[in-house]
Amino acid sequence: MGGKILLANMDVPGIRDFDVYHASGGYKSVEKALRDMTPAQVAAEVTRSGLRGRGGAGFPTGLKWSFLDKKPDKPRFLVCNADESEPGTFKDRYLMQHLPHLLIEGLIVSSYALGVKSCYIYIRGEFKYLVGILEKAIREAHLHGFLGENILGTGFGLQIYVHPGAGAYICGEETALLESLEGKRGNPRIKPPFPAFKGLYGCPTVVNNVETLATIGPIINMGGEAYSKIGKGKSTGTKLISACGNINKPGVYEIEMGLPVKDFIYGDAYCGGIANDKKLKAVIPGGSSVPILPADLIVNTASGVQRLMTFESMADGDFISGTMLGSGGFIVFDEDACIVRNTWNLTRFYRHESCGQCSPCREGTGWMENVLHRIEHGQGKMSDIDLLVRIAKNIEGTTICPLGDAAAWPVASAIRHFRHEFEEHVLHPAEVLEKERGLQAVY
Amino acid sequence: MIKVTIDNVTVETEEGTTILQAARKIGGKIIPPAMCYYSKLKGSGGKCRTCLVKVSQSSTKDPRPMPKLVASCSTPVQDGMVVQNLTSPEVIEARKGIVEFLLINHPLDCPVCDQAGECDLQDLSFGFGMAETATEEERREFPVIDIGDYIKLHMNRCILCYRCVYVADQLTDKRLHGVLYRGDVTEISTFISKGIENDFSGNMIDVCPVGALTDKTFRFKSRVWFLKPMNVHRDCPKCSGKAVAWMFGNEIYRITARKDKYGEVEDFICNECRFDKKNPADWVIEGPRHIIRQSVISANHYEKEEKPSVIKPIEGTMEKQK
Repeated sequence: MGGKILLANMDVPGIRDFDVYHASGGYKSVEKALRDMTPAQVAAEVTRSGLRGRGGAGFPTGLKWSFLDKKPDKPRFLVCNADESEPGTFKDRYLMQHLPHLLIEGLIVSSYALGVKSCYIYIRGEFKYLVGILEKAIREAHLHGFLGENILGTGFGLQIYVHPGAGAYICGEETALLESLEGKRGNPRIKPPFPAFKGLYGCPTVVNNVETLATIGPIINMGGEAYSKIGKGKSTGTKLISACGNINKPGVYEIEMGLPVKDFIYGDAYCGGIANDKKLKAVIPGGSSVPILPADLIVNTASGVQRLMTFESMADGDFISGTMLGSGGFIVFDEDACIVRNTWNLTRFYRHESCGQCSPCREGTGWMENVLHRIEHGQGKMSDIDLLVRIAKNIEGTTICPLGDAAAWPVASAIRHFRHEFEEHVLHPAEVLEKERGLQAVY
Repeated sequence: MIKVTIDNVTVETEEGTTILQAARKIGGKIIPPAMCYYSKLKGSGGKCRTCLVKVSQSSTKDPRPMPKLVASCSTPVQDGMVVQNLTSPEVIEARKGIVEFLLINHPLDCPVCDQAGECDLQDLSFGFGMAETATEEERREFPVIDIGDYIKLHMNRCILCYRCVYVADQLTDKRLHGVLYRGDVTEISTFISKGIENDFSGNMIDVCPVGALTDKTFRFKSRVWFLKPMNVHRDCPKCSGKAVAWMFGNEIYRITARKDKYGEVEDFICNECRFDKKNPADWVIEGPRHIIRQSVISANHYEKEEKPSVIKPIEGTMEKQK
C-alpha cells in the first residue's frame, strides 16, 4: 500500500544527513510556514487536519495547542516527549533513529505556530545513542539556517535542546517529564493547573509526542484539508504501528487509519501472519497499558463488525469488549502464550515503575504483582482472582496520573477475557507448569 | 464570592479556594479526611487520595460532571459546583479502597506506637476501614536508620504524605532528608544516614499524620490520653513560644505545638522549646487546652461534643440506612 507520509523517504540512502533530506523535499514546510503563513494559519491548518496525539491518549493536537495560555508576559515552551518507554512501543525510536530531520522540521513549524523560542526534546535515558543523532541533526539545521536567531531571514528564532532522562517510565507522563526536565524528582504534578497554563518553569507549555510533531511538517506541505481526507472518520492520517510478538514480520509499519486489524495481522505487507503457523490467541493493540483482547474480539467487534485500526473502532464496546489504539504497540500472542504469566510480567513492570507518590498506585501495583506471582507459581486460591479484580477496580480512576489506570487495565481485562486460564492455574498448578515450561512440579 | 454545594449544603466562598477548604467552612462530617494535605505547607496535598470526592456538576456554565473522582484538597471550586462526599456511595467505596491500600503495608503496631490516640490513620480506618485484611503477604519492612537524638524515624509506619519534606523545605534552610527510591520501596531518608539537625526539625513530628516520626524524649513514657494538655507559653527568641505541655501531675512529659481543630499546627515551635524545656518553671501555664477530636485522645477531657451535622442523602443515590 502506498500513501506513506512519515516513512515516505525512508529508503533513500543517507536520509539521516541534511543534504540528502533537503534534496528529497525536506524542510519545505518550514519555508512555506515561515515565509507565507502566519502562526495562526499554521495552527488552523493543524486543527483542520484532525491530527490526534500519537502518544496514546489520542487527544486532538489542534485543540491542545488552542489551550496554550497566550499571555505575552511569560515565555512559552514546546517539549517533545521522546520518553518512549511503553513495553511494546518502539515507533518513536525508529523515527528518530532514521529520520531525525523530520522531527526537527516538525518542531520548527510547531514552535512557529505556538510562538515558542526554545524547545526541548526529552529523550529516554536508554536511547542515549539517539542523542548524538539528534544533536548532529540540530547542528546541521543550524548550519543551514533553519535554527538559530533568524531562521531563513524571517526574524523568527528558535533553539532546540536535547535532554536525556534517566530511564524512568513515569517520566513519559507529561507533568513528571516537566519535573524531571526541571531537574527534580520525576513525580507527576497534581492537576490542575495544566501544563498549558503552568508547565515548564511555571510557564505555559505544550508537550507533544515525537510522532505527532513529525507529522506537522507533512501536514503543512499537503494542507490540513488533504491530510484529513486520509484515514477514516475522526481518526485521520497515518499511524506508525510497532508490531511485535509471535508474528512472522515484527517491525514498524506505517498504516493508513482504517485498515482492518485482520489485514494488518495476516497481510503480507504487514505482520505476515502468526509465526510457526500457530493460531492467534490474543492481542494487546496499543502498548502494554491497554486492555488485552482475545482473537475473536480483536478481529471483529462484539456486534460482528470488522475491527479497524482507528481510535473509535478499537474502543468499540468500551472496556467490556473493546480496547484502545493507544500508542500503537501491537503485541501479538499465539496459542502457546500464557496470559497469566504475561499479565504477571506486566504487573511486575508497573510495580517497578510506579513513582510511589500516591497510595493506590504505590500499594496496589505491588499487591497485584504479589497475588499474580502467587497464582502463576501454583500457590493461588480461587478467591485471589476476585481479589485481583477488586484491587484493579480500586486503583482505576483514583490515582494522580494515568499510570494507575495503565496498571489496572491489563489485569482487569486479562481476567475478564481469560478467566478460565487463571482458574486452571489455581486448580491444576502442576499440569500448567509442566505444559508451559516443561518443568516437573517440585511441590 | 461564588457558591458551592457540598452534600446538599450550599456555602459561599472566595474564588481560588479548594473543595476541601470550602467543606471546612461548612464543618462537621462533611469535611473529607485529609492525610497529606496541610494548609500551612505550600504544595502539600493530592497524594494520599483519601479526600477524593465526586463532582456531579462542574459549574453553572458547564453542568457536566467530572469524569473521575477528584482530590478535594487540590481541586479549586467553581461557581455552581455540586460536590458529593458522604452522599455518594462511589466515594465511600473508593475511600474504603484507599484506606485498605494504606493499611496493607502498615505494621498495625498501635499497641506499642506513641502516636496511638492522636493518629490520623487510626481515625481514618475507624471511619472507613474494613474489619478483616485481604493480604497474606509479609508486610514491607525498611532498614532502621538513626536520624538524630531527638526524632525517631519509623519508616514501616510511614504513609508517604510528604508533609515532613515540605516542613524541611519551607521551615528550615538546609533540607537533609527527602524521598529516596520509587514505587513501593519509596522511603523517607537522609542522604547516607545523616542526622537531621536544625532548630525547627521537631515540627516534622507534629505534621506527621502517623507514628513514623515520633519524639525520642517522649518515647514509651506515657499514653497520650493519660496526660493533661495545658496551654503554655514562654519568651523564646526563636519562635512564638506558644505551645502545649502534656502534663501528668506537675511533670511535663512532652511539649507540642498548638493544633487547631483540623489537626494542623497553629504556630510552629523551635526545638529548644520542644525538647529541652521540660521543667514547668520554664513555662507560664495558661490553662487547660481544649482538644476537639473524635478519637480516644479526648476521652478524659470532657469536651462537649459538637452537634453532628445531618447528612441528607439524595433520593435514589443511597439506600435508606437503618
